[in-house]
Amino acid sequence: MSDTVNSDKLLKEFAPQIERTGNFGKLWIAFLCLVICYGWFALYWQVSRGHIVTGMRDNVVWGVYIVNFIFFMGISYAGALISGTLHLFHSEWRKPIIRMAEFITIISLLIGPCFIMLCVGRLDRLPNLILFGRIQSPITWDVIAISTDIIGCILFLYLALLRDLGKMRDFTELKVPQWQKKMYKILALGYTGTPEQQLRLKRATDVMAGMVIAIAIIVYSVLAWIFSVTLQPGWHSTIFGPYFVIAAVYSGTGVLIVSMFVFRKVYHLEEHITLKHFVNVGVIMLVLGAFFGYFTFSEYLTKWYGSEKNDEQLIQVLLKNYFNLFILSNYVGVLVPLIVVGFRKLRTINNITIAAVVVVIALWINRYLIVVPTLETPYLPIQDERLAWQLYSATWVEWALTAAGVAMFCLLFTIGSKLIPIVQVSDLKEEPEQPGDLHLM
Amino acid sequence: MENNKKDDNNSRRNFLKLGLLAGAGTVATGALIVTGKSASGESGEKIKVLTTTGEVMEVDKNFLTQAPVGRKESHLGIPGRKFVMVIDLARCKNARKCVTECQKGHNLPKETEFMKVYLMQDSEKTAPYWFPKPCYHCDNPQCVSVCPVGATYKRSDGIVLIDNERCIGCKFCMTGCPYSTRVFAWKPDEAFDIDQPYSPEKSVPGVEGTVSKCDFCPDLAREGKLPYCAQACPMGVIYFGDIDEDVVTNGTETFKFSELIRDRSGYRYLDNLGTRPNVYYLPPVDRQFPVERGLDGLDEETLKRFENTPYVKNAKISKEAK
Ligand code: SF4
Repeated sequence: MSDTVNSDKLLKEFAPQIERTGNFGKLWIAFLCLVICYGWFALYWQVSRGHIVTGMRDNVVWGVYIVNFIFFMGISYAGALISGTLHLFHSEWRKPIIRMAEFITIISLLIGPCFIMLCVGRLDRLPNLILFGRIQSPITWDVIAISTDIIGCILFLYLALLRDLGKMRDFTELKVPQWQKKMYKILALGYTGTPEQQLRLKRATDVMAGMVIAIAIIVYSVLAWIFSVTLQPGWHSTIFGPYFVIAAVYSGTGVLIVSMFVFRKVYHLEEHITLKHFVNVGVIMLVLGAFFGYFTFSEYLTKWYGSEKNDEQLIQVLLKNYFNLFILSNYVGVLVPLIVVGFRKLRTINNITIAAVVVVIALWINRYLIVVPTLETPYLPIQDERLAWQLYSATWVEWALTAAGVAMFCLLFTIGSKLIPIVQVSDLKEEPEQPGDLHLM
Repeated sequence: MENNKKDDNNSRRNFLKLGLLAGAGTVATGALIVTGKSASGESGEKIKVLTTTGEVMEVDKNFLTQAPVGRKESHLGIPGRKFVMVIDLARCKNARKCVTECQKGHNLPKETEFMKVYLMQDSEKTAPYWFPKPCYHCDNPQCVSVCPVGATYKRSDGIVLIDNERCIGCKFCMTGCPYSTRVFAWKPDEAFDIDQPYSPEKSVPGVEGTVSKCDFCPDLAREGKLPYCAQACPMGVIYFGDIDEDVVTNGTETFKFSELIRDRSGYRYLDNLGTRPNVYYLPPVDRQFPVERGLDGLDEETLKRFENTPYVKNAKISKEAK
């Protein structure tokens, strides 16, 4: 029973994180709550005064909100795809980081859709989406896809958690309030780790891992189609589906690396999360970065080379009004990770994390450049005396809500790590081997 | 949010459905309603009407209007019609009467325009011209395809309407429309607090947080009238009619639609997008006015709109050179 001993040792190590919240932790949580309150105020402001308080106007009808929506949906992908794939390939090294990836998925999946609701003029009529839903509309596809994704991911995560929950329930030394113990007990569903249970759990997790990967690809493609089915010059592109999928996983790995770095520092996980993990995820990021760069290049090359009137206009605006952002998102955001991870000498934990931060920022900007400049260059020239109608610039309301979204992400992540160890404690060896299992690394 | 305001209005509205008494036939037949307000004040001319409770009552003529078509009925379209509009660019001099009368007719806030007039110049060396742009009521409308709740719909008479009591304000239709036709109600507006039952055919009253656009005035068509823009244009630029009957009119002149299009080389704007618009343009040849006449007499704000167009910029440069 060396496995049990091993998990107990781990649990003991992680128990303090779950039992206590230090002063720094409390301060951090208070700070996040403050930011979220600010966001609530901004929301009240928007609802009571109308969308006029945002920077959105008749030409640029979607702004930072939809950028955040794409962004959060994108990073939710990291968990789904990375943990799903690593699970299916039985990569042993995944153990210390897989929980983080799963947390990222669920949390961002809950936050992302909130942002699209902020774009909606009549929140009170949201039930119409169900009552009068039209299957012909890509928004309906999105509603169906995202809700399926949420359910699928929660199931997958839950299955992945089950073994740990059982361990938490059995670990009597844990000093947590009674309700929390009860919670573990209920959630563990009587899992004790009998061989039969193990086999069933393994099978269910395998199926869900495959499903989650498939659903995530569909969800993100559907999201891309919201843009590419329209006739807007910057959006009407056949590669948007795969392009968005790649960009999503790319940004997701970035967020995963950043959170590995943060939790490693805060919870002192140096022993568990090592340079090896950073390099492995970094290599995944590198491959995705190369793909992302390739897609971006071919997308803009064809537009620029063909230079149809409206495409040309868009490229001009991108290179004139958005030059710095364009370079940052589409060049720096590709080259930095390629160089940092590509050269062995540069592969340190700090460097890889910096590259990941660059990727995350670059990808947010990439989405901004897909949404806003396109709407600023419609087929008919914008002839309006009001500057706000010609050019989009986000207002404090939009930034406050964006900050609140990020704060919410951090808060839920923090709370999650207080309820369940951030590193999987049960041993991967508990997974029974089956013929046909794939192995990678 | 202002969402309840309108419902309040509905209950406060308290309008009477009235049958028209014989002899008072000054208005079209059909259900009439007495409104609390009238833009033109009292006319002095009284009409006898029968209330639902059977009493006879005298009402000023201006307080009587045709009961608008309800939300359900507005989905159907006027039987046997297929509307079309022809805009004669050779005559347009940016008089902007179409814009303002449309705004009045649809009770729009000042900054909202269903009809927009652009100063167009297709390329550097081609001649600039004024370009009035309503909704094109496409036969293959992107906006209708993408709407998640069916709040925007295509009718049998070719008109594309919006039901602003169903619209959730997602603005997807606005990105779907390649002609920048749709406008969003970004804030609550006094103009929306009008005492009138809502009809998608009238697009009145507007609702905050929903979209609206040019509706081809089917309510006027039912009364046998031209849309506000066509009525208002002093140059007779805008023709309206029926493509099946093959006739269009601007109120003074009437043409066979097919002949007009053939003789004057009518075309549709950005036809290559496959949206199949129901608005045709007659190219700006043999113009009645030089293009700069359109800049005369504009107020400061409107003038500013065209400041960045190549034509106005060049005109300024050559003026300074002199
Ligand atoms: S804004 Fe309204 S009309 Fe337009 S697509 Fe959304 S729900 Fe439909």
